[in-house]
This record gives sequence, C-alpha cells and structure tokens, in this order.
Amino acid sequence: MKRVKNICLLLFALTLILVLGGCRGEKEEGKESTLNSTSSQETNAEPTMGGSIVVGISQDLDSLDPHKSVAAGTKEVLFNVYEGLVKPDSSGNYIDAVAKSHTISEDGKTYTFQLRDGVKFHNGAEVTAEDVKYSIERCAGITEGGTPLIAAFSNVKSVEIPDEKTIEIHLKQADTEFLAYLIVGIVPKNVEDYNKNPIGTGPFMYDSRSPQDYVKLKKFDEYWDQDHQAYLDEVTFKVVSDSSALVNGLKSGAIHMAARISIDETASLDPNAFTIYEGGSNLVQALYLNNAKEPFNDIRVRQALCYAVNRQEIVDMVSDGKGTVIGSSMFPAFKKYYMPELADYYKQDIQKAKELLKEAGYPNGFTFTMTVPSNYQKHIDVAQVLVEQLKQVGVNAKIELVEWDSWLSDTYVNRNYEATVVGVDAAYLSARALLERFTSDYSRNFINYSNPKYDELYEQVQKSTSDEEQVKLYKEMETLLTEDAANVYIQDMNNQVALNREYSGYEFYPLYVQDMAKIYKVAQ
Amino acid sequence: MKYLWKKIGTLIITLFIVSFLSFLAFSVIPGDAAQSKLGTEASEEQVKALQEEMGLNDPLLIRYGRWVVGFLQGDFGESYSYSVPVKEIVLNKIPIMVALVLLSFLWILVISIPVGIFLAQHSNRWFDYVIRVGNQVLMSIPSFFIGMIITLIFGLLLKWFTPGSYIPIEENFIGFLGYLIAPSIAMALPKSAMAIKILRSAILSQAGMDYVRTAYSRGNTKKQVLYRHIFRNAMIPTVTFWAMTLVDLVASSIIIEQVFSIPGMGSILITSISNRDYPVVQFIIVFIATIVIFVNFLVDLLYGKIDPRVHIRK
Repeated sequence: MKRVKNICLLLFALTLILVLGGCRGEKEEGKESTLNSTSSQETNAEPTMGGSIVVGISQDLDSLDPHKSVAAGTKEVLFNVYEGLVKPDSSGNYIDAVAKSHTISEDGKTYTFQLRDGVKFHNGAEVTAEDVKYSIERCAGITEGGTPLIAAFSNVKSVEIPDEKTIEIHLKQADTEFLAYLIVGIVPKNVEDYNKNPIGTGPFMYDSRSPQDYVKLKKFDEYWDQDHQAYLDEVTFKVVSDSSALVNGLKSGAIHMAARISIDETASLDPNAFTIYEGGSNLVQALYLNNAKEPFNDIRVRQALCYAVNRQEIVDMVSDGKGTVIGSSMFPAFKKYYMPELADYYKQDIQKAKELLKEAGYPNGFTFTMTVPSNYQKHIDVAQVLVEQLKQVGVNAKIELVEWDSWLSDTYVNRNYEATVVGVDAAYLSARALLERFTSDYSRNFINYSNPKYDELYEQVQKSTSDEEQVKLYKEMETLLTEDAANVYIQDMNNQVALNREYSGYEFYPLYVQDMAKIYKVAQ
Repeated sequence: MKYLWKKIGTLIITLFIVSFLSFLAFSVIPGDAAQSKLGTEASEEQVKALQEEMGLNDPLLIRYGRWVVGFLQGDFGESYSYSVPVKEIVLNKIPIMVALVLLSFLWILVISIPVGIFLAQHSNRWFDYVIRVGNQVLMSIPSFFIGMIITLIFGLLLKWFTPGSYIPIEENFIGFLGYLIAPSIAMALPKSAMAIKILRSAILSQAGMDYVRTAYSRGNTKKQVLYRHIFRNAMIPTVTFWAMTLVDLVASSIIIEQVFSIPGMGSILITSISNRDYPVVQFIIVFIATIVIFVNFLVDLLYGKIDPRVHIRK
C-alpha cells in the first residue's frame, strides 16, 4: 500500500512540474510576439468624444489638496484637476494657463501675470485675482500659520493685485527660475477643506473617491480652453497595489491603462489588444554614495566604483536594454541641460579601478552595504547586478532591503547609510530640481556631497538672469558631479505605458504626470 | 452568567494588551508618520510642525492614554494620511471582509463535511488514497498562489469572471458576492483540505471505540451509528479546527484581497502600516482581535451544545 502512495505522490509532483513549466513557456512566447509588434505602434483612428476609462495606479493619493500632496503618484492624477498660472506641456515648455501672459522683471524679483478672461473653477465661479493671491500666499505660508506649505515658496515676500486682472509676485531674493514653481494649482479662496472639496480649473473635475479603491474624475464642460477639451467623459483611477493583479486587470479588460509597468509584464500582454508606449521614466537612477562616510569620502574609491561598473550591461540585464545610460544627475527629457557625452566618462576598466583602490589604500577591496527600498523592484534588480560587477574589483557589497518609510527616515533624512540605489526625480521643469540638492548646505543633500566650486556655480546660476548662461552653468555643475564621481550614475529607466487599443492619444511629459485630456476613445 | 462576565473580562484585558503592543511596535520601528506624509521634499520645520500637530512628540503612555480615552468614547481618531475620521475609511470595509470570510467558511463546510464523511466510510479504498494525496498537495499550497492560478485559468483563459472588476456592495449586492466567489474559493481550498483530513481521522478514531461496538450490538444500522454517535463525538476536534480556520481566514483575506484587487480591509491595513498611519492600524487590529476572541467564545458555547458532557460552570 505504501508503494501506491508513493507512486501517487510522484504523479502529483510530475503534474505540478508540468503545470508550472507550462506557465513559463507561455510567458516567453508572449514576449517574442510583442517584441515584433513594437513597430506597429498606434492605432491612428479618428478620436471620438465621450466614453470612460479606468487607469490602474499603484498607490492611493495622499491628499487631494494640491498644496499639501507630496507623492509623485498624486501629482500625476491631480494634474488633470488643477492648473497653475502656467502649466507644462509635453515638450517641456511652460504655457500660460490661468494667466494669459507673464513678464519677469530685469532683477528677477517681480513676476507679473495678466489673468485670462473667462477661466472658471469647477464650482462655476470665475477665477479672480483674489483667488490667485490667496493660492500663492497659502503655499508661501503667508495666510496659514507661517510655515510655507511648499518649501520653495518661502522666497515669496508678497503678492499684490494692482488691478483686477493683474497679479504681481514679489520675491525676497532674485530667482529667474521661479516660474517653474508656478505650475502649482490655483484654488478658489472661500473653500474650507481642499482635501474634501478639490476644486480647480483643469479639464477634469473631481467626482468621488473611496480610500484604497478609486478616484473618479468627470469632464469639466466649461474648461477655458475649448480647443483642448477632454475627450473622455469620465476617468477612474483605480488603486491596485499588486503589480500582477494590475496586469491581470489589464488582460481581463477591467483596467484600460497603466504606466510604469515592467518589461516582463508588458510582454505578457496581447499586442493586438494593447499599445505599448515607451519613454523615459525621468528618474536619475544611481548607486548614491554617502560622500561623508569612509571609504566613500575618498574620490579615488568613488571613481574606482565608477570604473568597475558596466552600465550598459546593467540595462541589458534588468530591462532588456531598454533604458538610457546616464553619467550625471540629469536625464534626457531635460534636453536643454542633458549632456549625453557624460554617459561615457567612465568606461568599464577593471584594471584602472583596481589601481585606484590600491592608491586609496584598499588593495584587497572592502565591504559595504547598499540600502535599497524594498518596494522598488527595479532598484533591487539593479543592486543585484551591481553586487556581481563590484566583485570583479574585490569590493563586496551587501544588499539590505528596507521598507520605504525606514529608507525615508534613516537613509534620506538622517543620512545613516553607506550607499543606496534609488531613483531621484525632478519636481519641476528646471535643472535646479536635480542639481540644487547637492549644494553643501542644502537641507536634503543626502549624499553629503560638498565641493565649494559646485556651490559657487550654483550661486552664479541664481544671480544670472540669462537663460543661456544658466544652462551653461548647470552643465558645468553636471560635469563636476561626474568628475568627482559623486555617485555611480546608472540609467534613466524605461517607462512602459500600456493602453488598451480601444483608446489612443497617450503623450509622455518630462514630468511625472498623466494627461488624461489627450486620451480618446478610438472610433470602431 | 458568571461565565459570561469572565469572558467579557478577558476580552477587555486582551484588547488592552493587543492595542498597547501594537502601539509599542510603532514606536520601536523606524519611520515617522509626519515624515512619511510629507515625503522627500519636506523641510525640517515642516516635519517638526506636523509632528507637533499630530501629537507625535508626547510620551508613549500619554499618546496611548489619549487613544484609549477617545476609543472608549467611540472616537477612533483621524487617519494621518487621509485626514478623515478612521470610521469613514474603515467601517464600509468591514462588510467586505466579513462577506469574504463567511463565504469562504461556507465553502469549507460544504466541501469538507461530505468529503470527510465519505472518505471515512470508505477508508483505504483507492480513491481514499488519491484524495488524501491530493489533499496533502492542496494543503501545502498557499491561498494566494491558488488565487493566482484561479485568476489565470478561470479569469483569463475561461473568462468566467473578470479579474480586477470588483463591484462595490452598495452598487449591486449579487454582483459583489459574485466577484467574491473566486477569492473565497482560493482561501477555502487549502483549509478544506485540512478540514477533510481532520474530520476523516476524527471519525475513524471514534469508529474504533467501544461504544460504537455497543451501538451496533443494540441493533443500530450503520447510518444511525455514524450520525447519532460517531459524528457527534468527532465534532469536538473538528469544531476546534473550524474556529481556528475562521480566524485564519481573517488573516488570509488580507493577502487574497491583494491578489484579486479587492479594496477591502487588507489593502487599508497594509498601506496604513507602511504609511505609519497608526489610528487606522490600531482600529483594524482591535477589530480583528475582537473577532478572534468572539469566535473563541462561540466555540466554547458550541462545545456544550454538541457534547453535553462538556459543562460550562454556570
């Protein structure tokens, strides 16, 4: 009898292996077919008005208040609801939104805006200069309490209304790039809780939400820009935190669109049912080094690590070669500032890396810990390849996975770490968003980078009023970061957006936003 | 009556201990609610101001005391991350969890009782072996994996249901239950396998007892012996197992919700833990602890009903 039992067990084991094996084979097949189909990109059909869409997002919104929300995942949704005096377009310029024109004074201290006529809030009220003044003052902390709601607005001295349709923003210190911050949402003055009553001027208005479930937006018919009205009547952002559940939702048709899904996941989608849009994710992914901690306080050690790493190999391994190798704190979407030549500054050179380590006093290498937030698979993957590559020069790296919250408090705020793999994004459309953070006394200079020359360059940028000069100075700062090997820069990761073929019109932005007003249902 | 008071007393003490432990856990683990809410761009002053506003700077015992006082008055606090009362977030998630757990418990009963009895009646036949081996395999597969397989086969290939298209309870109750069928089966399968095993062996061990022989000798038929005598006695270990299962289901519902993207208690709990949103976490923990204690209490009462020999001292 015991033999029968054993045979049965064996049979079950065999079927299990077959079933599991079957799953794998299928996935690989799917991959091939989509690779061939990337050329047959968009369905170029006539846009139709109306319809609704469900967009899968990986995390719930932290606040519907445009001045209090901080998560990038929230901003990408609220972009559709709120508009600032100006707003970014898909090629990285500012276009006037609530304002119809703007001028910046010679000294860079006064910004004057002419308000557009007939811009309406979602509650039907017309936008007045008072509303704009209130919104800016609220961000600057002039109206509420004293602490600015948005740190950068602490530079605002006062907001004045010379006449009904004009707004003047006076700054404490000259800043010719302040326009970049004025994408911040304009809200009506007399509303109590913006988290409960999110009222903006965007093409979509807030309808309803359920925590950890969905946020629903409806088309705003009285949007000021009648030429760029939303096509869709309704957009539902559905929170699906598990990525495989998200992909299953796409496959089943319950979800129509999702951004930032992995290559393996897009490969498992049916190419006849989905258009895959590929772009940059606008993140500077790097092995960030704590420049104040031994051995990384020695430039030779940092350079040795740069020489030891083969970035292209990393990109090939973790994302099928999709992703752009970078060499400094700048990604290609910022065309104006991006310097492609820096990507090749450190070519893999094991011999040179070993020599540098020897000079620095580590002939036998050393051991260090890479802290990686556990919720970002893409960073974990890169960390694993890095560990293998660094072994070639005798450096032993250990990966320590930490929860995002621990990373935030221990690594980012308290800087208690040796090295970490993360992606840094830009909150607004200026090189400053990426470069200011490494000036010596910046409060969140988490890598403890300190170079007087870098600080001086940044000071010059702030004083300069010519765009051309600023770009030149920013490029010098980028170069300095590369020469000093401040971090081991890796890539701007590939961003894959899957959109059901019933819809079309997706556009990438150089910022973290999803412009739903451009998406339309394809006429069948 | 005395028994009831004693039970309520234990309930209160346990809740105190559980809620205090979870409070303590949050103050030990790294991470901070204010920092978490403000993200990477926040300045030192902003974080400090928010910590003050949330009352995070007060000593642990004072914070705990404040929470207890509020809780007793029915004020469960305000969620840090959503800035709305915890009640608003959590209360409408309770029916989802309850429906999911009860539905899956129902499956377990429906599957395990007939199969368990049938196998015990026909022990050592060939299908007994086959089912037992199958059981063994099923038992060792975690429910979330079964959930994934179900999604793949019945959702994506056969299209019996649409993965990810959860229907809210307010919208359509039948549709809501319909969507819960697949996840509840995924949760029920491994547990049913265990329940079958327990019931089968409980019946078999009772079948060898002397009183069974006596029952037969008194002229009872096989059926009568099984249902009147053996089954009743076999229920004691089985009911204990069911109670444990019910509690286990609460835990596995948290995971299965993620697999089927059901916006229930689980997703709230998980994100609230990672956002350090203790008011929400505290509420859910106390809620779950209450369920566990309540189920145990019910089982104690049930014992007395099934087997009059088990006396509860009144």
